Amino acid sequence: MSVRRLADESVQPASFAFNDANAAWAEKRIALYPAGRQQSAVIPLLMRAQDQDGWVSRATIEKVAEMLGMAYIRVLEVATFYTQFQLQPVGTRAHVQVCGTTPCMLRGAGELIEVCKSKIHHDPHHLNEDGTLSWEEVECAGACVNAPMVTIYHDTYEDLTAGRLEEIIDAFQAGKGDTIKPGTQIERLNAAAEGGQTTLLETPTAKREKFVPPPPPEGSAPAAAGAPAPAAPAPAAAAPAPAAKAPEPTTAAKPKDVSEESAPALKGTPKEAKVSEAKAEGERKAANASAKANGEPNKEMRPNATGAESDAAKIDGGKAPGKKTAEAPAGEAAATSVKKSTKKIVAAPAEGLSPTAETGGPTPLFQKQEGPADDLKLISGVGPVLEGKLNAVGITKWSQVAAMTPEQITALESSLNFKGRVARDNWLQQAEVLARGGVEEYRKVFGKDPR
Amino acid sequence: MLADKDRIFTNLYGQHDWRLEGARARGSWVGTKEFLDQGRDWITNEVKGSGLRGRGGAGFPTGLKWSFMPKVSDGRPHYLLVNADESEPGTCKDREILRHDPHHLIEGCLIASRAMDAHLAFIYVRGEFIRERQRLEEAVQEAYDAKLIGKDNIHGWDLDIIVHHGAGAYICGEETALMESLEGKKGQPRLKPPFPAGMGVYGNPTTVNNVESIAVVPEILRRSGAWFSSIGRPNNVGTKLFMVSGHVNKPATFEEALGESFKDIIEKHCGGIRGGWDNLLAVIPGGASCPVVRGEDMMDAIMDFDGMREKKSSFGTGGMIIMDKSTDIIRAIWRIAAFFKHESCGQCTPCREGTGWMMRVMERMVEGRAQKREIDMLFSVTKQIEGHTICALGDAAAWPIQGLIRNFRDVIEARIDQYTYSSTSDGAVPSIAAE
Repeated sequence: MSVRRLADESVQPASFAFNDANAAWAEKRIALYPAGRQQSAVIPLLMRAQDQDGWVSRATIEKVAEMLGMAYIRVLEVATFYTQFQLQPVGTRAHVQVCGTTPCMLRGAGELIEVCKSKIHHDPHHLNEDGTLSWEEVECAGACVNAPMVTIYHDTYEDLTAGRLEEIIDAFQAGKGDTIKPGTQIERLNAAAEGGQTTLLETPTAKREKFVPPPPPEGSAPAAAGAPAPAAPAPAAAAPAPAAKAPEPTTAAKPKDVSEESAPALKGTPKEAKVSEAKAEGERKAANASAKANGEPNKEMRPNATGAESDAAKIDGGKAPGKKTAEAPAGEAAATSVKKSTKKIVAAPAEGLSPTAETGGPTPLFQKQEGPADDLKLISGVGPVLEGKLNAVGITKWSQVAAMTPEQITALESSLNFKGRVARDNWLQQAEVLARGGVEEYRKVFGKDPR
Repeated sequence: MLADKDRIFTNLYGQHDWRLEGARARGSWVGTKEFLDQGRDWITNEVKGSGLRGRGGAGFPTGLKWSFMPKVSDGRPHYLLVNADESEPGTCKDREILRHDPHHLIEGCLIASRAMDAHLAFIYVRGEFIRERQRLEEAVQEAYDAKLIGKDNIHGWDLDIIVHHGAGAYICGEETALMESLEGKKGQPRLKPPFPAGMGVYGNPTTVNNVESIAVVPEILRRSGAWFSSIGRPNNVGTKLFMVSGHVNKPATFEEALGESFKDIIEKHCGGIRGGWDNLLAVIPGGASCPVVRGEDMMDAIMDFDGMREKKSSFGTGGMIIMDKSTDIIRAIWRIAAFFKHESCGQCTPCREGTGWMMRVMERMVEGRAQKREIDMLFSVTKQIEGHTICALGDAAAWPIQGLIRNFRDVIEARIDQYTYSSTSDGAVPSIAAE
């Protein structure tokens, strides 16, 4: 990032006002945005002010802030953040912006900068002697195939040589900038190749040929059935059954693995693309969840959500049809701290279960109880993963949790690898209350909903 | 190679009338109402079926992205946000669409908005594209006047389009920074989640798409998704705007099918490499953030997403920067490092500080004023920036340097040797940097 400050007080004007035309324009511009969102107009307004005065002064910032009902600091932030705003006076006849980024550099932007240094001022952002010209090096002005180029006010001058730029600067200094034709300075049609375009030689029409999928390559029998029937009437007899269910023409040539959710591009994450694809997968989950939660916005994105153990994961994991992978990414999208602790526990069973197998044989720690299982997740501190583990060692009831002896707790904690958790989260009392009166009783005792 | 009849952007060079009448004569706004009447699911499925991948650089399937938008509105409006903040060095395709084929984009906005139940679309044009923005604003006004968009238009789907603009911040090309900027703030990316499809512009569900991704949609629907997916290799289908800059004989922007070989493309459209194919040193295949590839590796390269991945680079936006053997490759990459240093938004420490470090180390390496062990140190710094920032700018800043070290380590070492060799017992000779 670059450090940008307002110009010295000595050059700051006392006040700023839009001229009539610009004031009317500004009013229309502000009204364009949705009600209450007039702040959106800050960049367009500052830009219009700069077009009027040539640069953005402190007075301009204050005026724009008042027009939009913004704090001064917010407008100052914007003016200093965006590098297109000139924070000091620029040449009255031209401010030359030379693109110096690699594509332009390769084609000679360095020479253009030398021209500016010798003809205008050694340093960028400084006025020349009579105050008519200034220059700066900018980061990519977006005309890379017409490099090198400069921007002067609203227009770009492309495909330059040092000599041509000198002529252009001279013209602007003489106040005759409008005699120079903007755009490319050589024989060339905009971005087409020099000496004549290589494409678009036919005159375009509004007529569109109906697309006929090309015949499939040899040896792919099932795909051959997908080709339109009129194309091959004779061999149709040879392929009786599959021809009957020829797919729709629009999907005939559609490669099966393209852009479906199972696309290889999504699964086989390349290293470079990891960030964006993980993001995208998470985004899909998030959107799914929010759409399913009765049109409510995503719970997991709300401040009062509890993270991975909130409904969002359940919604997606439970309902997403035929998607085994659904649950893991949903968890990923949720709060990271919770994810970490869950991950640790997920890794636990291998070490946690083997000691039981060695010492106690196949007998579970607890006697399995008859009847339907209670929802152990209602105990604060127990999530879906822990619930599964508790079920695995034989605990399915609140009453069982409430009745655990200190020895059993120690054994449980050591075998499941979550030391101190039972006491810390006060499982015994919670379970006891739940066993006694369910959710109602829990609410009465603890003054909140379970979990 | 693509035939003219299969090209989508028929006025790429501005050789025809860009206005509504001209656009109609070339096929725009034909049959739009029928597409809209078939409903959002049909449009989304057709775009999904076409295999269109986002043209902004990441290559995410466009139809899939659209399907993230909530199916049932919870009362909040939905927005389409078109990203025309094209600022990556080497990339200048959206500029041609905005100034020469604006009606492709406007029609695409209407169709895409139908597919995501949006009635308001923003087009965020980068601040430097002043003439391009004026052109687009004029085209939008034409569309309003002809009742193609707006309230109670002839297509039966209300849509307002606001053409907004930035003021010279590359970071605003990142989708959440784009939204911050649109809201009138500094363009600093937001943490995700919440994702834009759940909470975007003004806290409402928003989908952000590149200009080219939106502008090709009307033609895809007119000619069918199967047409689009019949071009190119599986998973890399369709036509694409390519831009070739740097040391070719004739730099140009052109539309070509994906999956053509690098050599054919350069030969056909750009008149070959300056000084012949033996003179090719290196190529940055998809805009400045993509790792550089050695020239000899590019000889058999296929220009599409997977083809570039095989070369350990990225297809990006299709903006190729070609460098011949006269290039000081270290200096070329240093300039990219300087670009990213300049454009870091300053929010995350690894990027804010790291881009500056990398640039300064690179500055010394351009001269050769460095230790060889610093090459590995620089590499490890890039690894510590990559993936440790909110947005991908940190990654984008790290990759070009990683590509340089991976491919041109010998050049860096030779430069250091030369510097050491030229130094005297009194100290380094500063003049060799000028050689």
